[in-house]
Amino acid sequence: MKFRGGVHPSYHKDTAGLQIETLPLLHRYVVPIAQHLGAPGKVLVAKGDRVARWQPLSEPVGFVSVSVHAPTSGTVKQVAALPHPLGRPMLAVEIESDGEDRPWDGLAPPADWRTLDPAVLRRAIQAAGVVGLGGATFPTHVKLSPPAEKKIDLLVLNGAECEPYLTADHRVMLEQAAEVMEGLGLMMRVLGVTRACVGIESNKPDALEALRRACPADVAAEFMLLETKYPQGSEKHLIYALCGRRVPPGGLPMDVGCVVQNVGTAVACLEAVRDGLPMTERVATVTGAAINVPHNLRVRVGAPLLDVLAHCGGVTPDVGKVIFGGPMMGIGQFDLDVPLIKGTSGVLCLRDDEAARFEGGPCIRCGACVDACPMGLVPSAMGLIAERFRFEELGDWHVLDCIECGSCAYVCPSRRPLVQHFKRGKAEWRGILEERRAKSERDAKRAETAATA
Amino acid sequence: MLVPTVVLSGIGLLSGLGLALAARAFAVETDPRQDRITEALPGANCGGCGFAGCGDFAGAVVRGDAQPDGCPVCDQETRRLVAAIVGQTVQDRAPRVALILCQGGDDVAAKKYRYNGLASCASAALLGGGDKTCGAGCLGLGDCQRACAFGAVEMTPSGVARIIPARCTACGQCVAACPKDLIKLVPAEATIHVLCSNHDRGPAAKKACAVACLGCKKCEKSFAEDPRIKVADFLAYIDYEHAPDDPALAALCPTGSLVCSGAAAPAAERTS
Amino acid sequence: MTLEPGTGPDGAPTEPATPVADPITPQDLIVSASPHVHAGQDVPWIMRQVLLALLPGLLVGLWFFGLGALRVLVVAIAGCLACEWACARLVKRPATLRDYSAVVTGVLLAMNLPSGCPWWLVLIGSAVAIGLGKAVYGGLGYNPFNPALVARVFLLISFPVQMTTWVVPQGPGTALDAATGATPLGAIKEAVGLGRTVAEAGAPGLRDLLLGNVGGSFGEVSALALLLGGLWLLWRGVIRWQVPVAFMAVTALVTGVAHLADPAHHASPLVHLLGGGLMLGAWFMATDMVTSPVTRRGLLIFGAGCGLLTAVIRLWGGYPEGVSFAILLMNAATPLIDRWTRPRVFGEARQLYREADAA
Repeated sequence: MKFRGGVHPSYHKDTAGLQIETLPLLHRYVVPIAQHLGAPGKVLVAKGDRVARWQPLSEPVGFVSVSVHAPTSGTVKQVAALPHPLGRPMLAVEIESDGEDRPWDGLAPPADWRTLDPAVLRRAIQAAGVVGLGGATFPTHVKLSPPAEKKIDLLVLNGAECEPYLTADHRVMLEQAAEVMEGLGLMMRVLGVTRACVGIESNKPDALEALRRACPADVAAEFMLLETKYPQGSEKHLIYALCGRRVPPGGLPMDVGCVVQNVGTAVACLEAVRDGLPMTERVATVTGAAINVPHNLRVRVGAPLLDVLAHCGGVTPDVGKVIFGGPMMGIGQFDLDVPLIKGTSGVLCLRDDEAARFEGGPCIRCGACVDACPMGLVPSAMGLIAERFRFEELGDWHVLDCIECGSCAYVCPSRRPLVQHFKRGKAEWRGILEERRAKSERDAKRAETAATA
Repeated sequence: MLVPTVVLSGIGLLSGLGLALAARAFAVETDPRQDRITEALPGANCGGCGFAGCGDFAGAVVRGDAQPDGCPVCDQETRRLVAAIVGQTVQDRAPRVALILCQGGDDVAAKKYRYNGLASCASAALLGGGDKTCGAGCLGLGDCQRACAFGAVEMTPSGVARIIPARCTACGQCVAACPKDLIKLVPAEATIHVLCSNHDRGPAAKKACAVACLGCKKCEKSFAEDPRIKVADFLAYIDYEHAPDDPALAALCPTGSLVCSGAAAPAAERTS
Repeated sequence: MTLEPGTGPDGAPTEPATPVADPITPQDLIVSASPHVHAGQDVPWIMRQVLLALLPGLLVGLWFFGLGALRVLVVAIAGCLACEWACARLVKRPATLRDYSAVVTGVLLAMNLPSGCPWWLVLIGSAVAIGLGKAVYGGLGYNPFNPALVARVFLLISFPVQMTTWVVPQGPGTALDAATGATPLGAIKEAVGLGRTVAEAGAPGLRDLLLGNVGGSFGEVSALALLLGGLWLLWRGVIRWQVPVAFMAVTALVTGVAHLADPAHHASPLVHLLGGGLMLGAWFMATDMVTSPVTRRGLLIFGAGCGLLTAVIRLWGGYPEGVSFAILLMNAATPLIDRWTRPRVFGEARQLYREADAA
């Protein structure tokens, strides 16, 4: 089924033919403690500690929390607030590599997922620090633990990779097809579902073919080639495209009986159980017109950006933007010392003249954004409201349903910074809701005390 | 000619009568004190009291939901009057004025990237805290200026906000509007201020901004016995309860983050 | 920062990465909120497309009405640009001449005027279009009514004689003080008003209506040329099909029913479609983005409303032509239509997945 809206940016999947290469061991890694959505873990190491590869550097606090692990063996140089891809310095462990890459001796023994209990698998996935590799970095074990009242009957494997430029998932599907499919089987076992759908955009038929051929007999998966349209990889739209279910506003895929996982996450889950290895690396695409030698790189989490760029021949002098992620939803970087983290699906270097400027002329009500919005919102009206700081009205326009996919700003002829408006608007509207909730609570309490007095 | 005149006049008369009757029938009972308070208040509807406007605040005072001296804008006279209307007394309060604790304009403060997007500090601050290298620097996009109902905030040519003390009513709207928490209400008679909010160590602060407080403690040492200026976490701050007023003090500061006189003199003048 | 040789995961030393002279200093990088790329269109591009699309109609008009039309066109464009500049100066905003919107307004205004109207009338029109039609609301994007139409209707009501003195098209050599005649719709209306039938009104044939060899505002005469431009806009994705299609369909439907019921007194729907300002209105004026709804459903309603009002005014109103009034009235209804036709948020529909499962 086709969803309404969406855009067709130029795809620039120039790196699709490049085999995944492994980034050589670096001298220094910076491993942020917070690389996932949820509570950051508790740091387990201190300055001067010797650590081994795969050794946990933090332990989860609470359920929606995962550990991070040492990408190599070496010495902890500092535990401090260091540059983070999200912009603000955050707590991180800096490791000076000793070059030995000595594995940790506390690793879980390899195991066969087909014989293990789902609860055991879940624990193994959490212990391995697996998070969604699509970019949102939600802890995978949480997604694989739906509440009992939500009956899950379908696991969706997301191989859409709808962001332009990025080819990391594509290469993983081609080169690690067997592992992707086995990882899918593992996750199906954890969820106890018998049906899985694999969704891949139509510009990657080879990936679909590879997965279909690699599918083990005991994994019941359906494969579907989807329209190449951004944001086909958005959870809600992927589910709709695959099986016609609509996730309600404010809802989660589990509300319609689905769980969506990225192809890279499937491999990470498999490695966590089959090999007992925590997630310390991922595949990221380093590409763009402003990088000298584009790559699909297997990068250890914590590798500083500068080293990654250097490995790819450095950037050209006309570089204007360095983005973590794709051009539609990625985050612009300004500090070259930031590390690549679990959620970094790519490093995109745009030339100065390629980088779009959003100067924000007046809205001419052309309606292009309304046509483009895959969520059925009216970005033009919402932008005008946010521009006047009337954030309390934004709730009526369903600002919280905005997935910040960027389709509206991408097509806006007036180059209005609509997504920036909505990011701010969402924060402000959440604040207003919180304030109202607190006020009604206070009023209730006051009424109660008045009644008892 | 006559008929339409009569008909139209008749319709007008009837409608007016209807309105008058409706006003009677559906009149909302208000406490007369509320109207008197509203009248006494400045009427700027700035929102500094936390209510929707002067009338709303007056209602709250009458109901007892707000203190009679809750209007930050009005003078002592008015406060006393408002309190008297609801039969209370208020304490005298020293007049205050807003102060922007940063003078890092584009001429002195470094930037860490080229910002492109909305001209609003709160939006820019969501992108790595804004484009200033200094994590506590004024972003210069004027959120405080827009928040001020009295036109008391101006932007200097170098792109940093400055309060015009003569217009400031200390309503506090700018304090709430600044995403970097750079605005503070201080006693109006204070003359010595530390116009910096950077907590970085000296070298880092110096690299970020030429007029940053380095935490060198020169000022603190001149008050060895009586800690009116203290340096904590690499930033000097003034105890406004016992504010110092010696103009010589400002000369001690090597960067010019410590300034004399209520209005912040432009940083360039001080450092040259 | 340079890289020193390290060892690969397999323990083997890797080749030393070439030290890369670091060409970026971070403060050179741009940081903005996502997205980081853009489709490429901008407002000047849109306006240029509109101008390009107006060219055929414009050329035909210039051909048939000669120097008079050229004078109107030049004065209108110059007047609109000057007004735009003056208004920007007045409110101390940077002048927005470069987005071509004032040029488009000028050209549209000119095309809506008789070629023989005096230059001062055109100037007044320009001032009204930019001043009252646009600037007072805050400039481009904030005007509720199409500026060119505001000016046209203002002139039509204030200067009815000059605004309805139509020059008879005589080709490029048409003199400035050429003979005058009636528009096709005007001739029909007049004839019917005098108790004669449509056939007796001596309205021009379809071929003349298509090519533009008829009296009227100088840019509205050739249905074919305007249609060509409109299709170009559609193909370039500047306008959406809903407005012109609904506009023309409803006009044709209503006038068609009237024609069938009383062919003696109501012209055929083809005359209504090709004659008068309908083509210009449906393709270029009603499709003005600023003053029409943003959703496709809204555009459909908007176009249909324009068509209905046009037909009603033409059939039963005092004026022979109703396109301008119809569009302006629907402009006023645009905020309301936008409210009615807010799209449904994704997933807000009833939960379809239960059915999908059962299937």
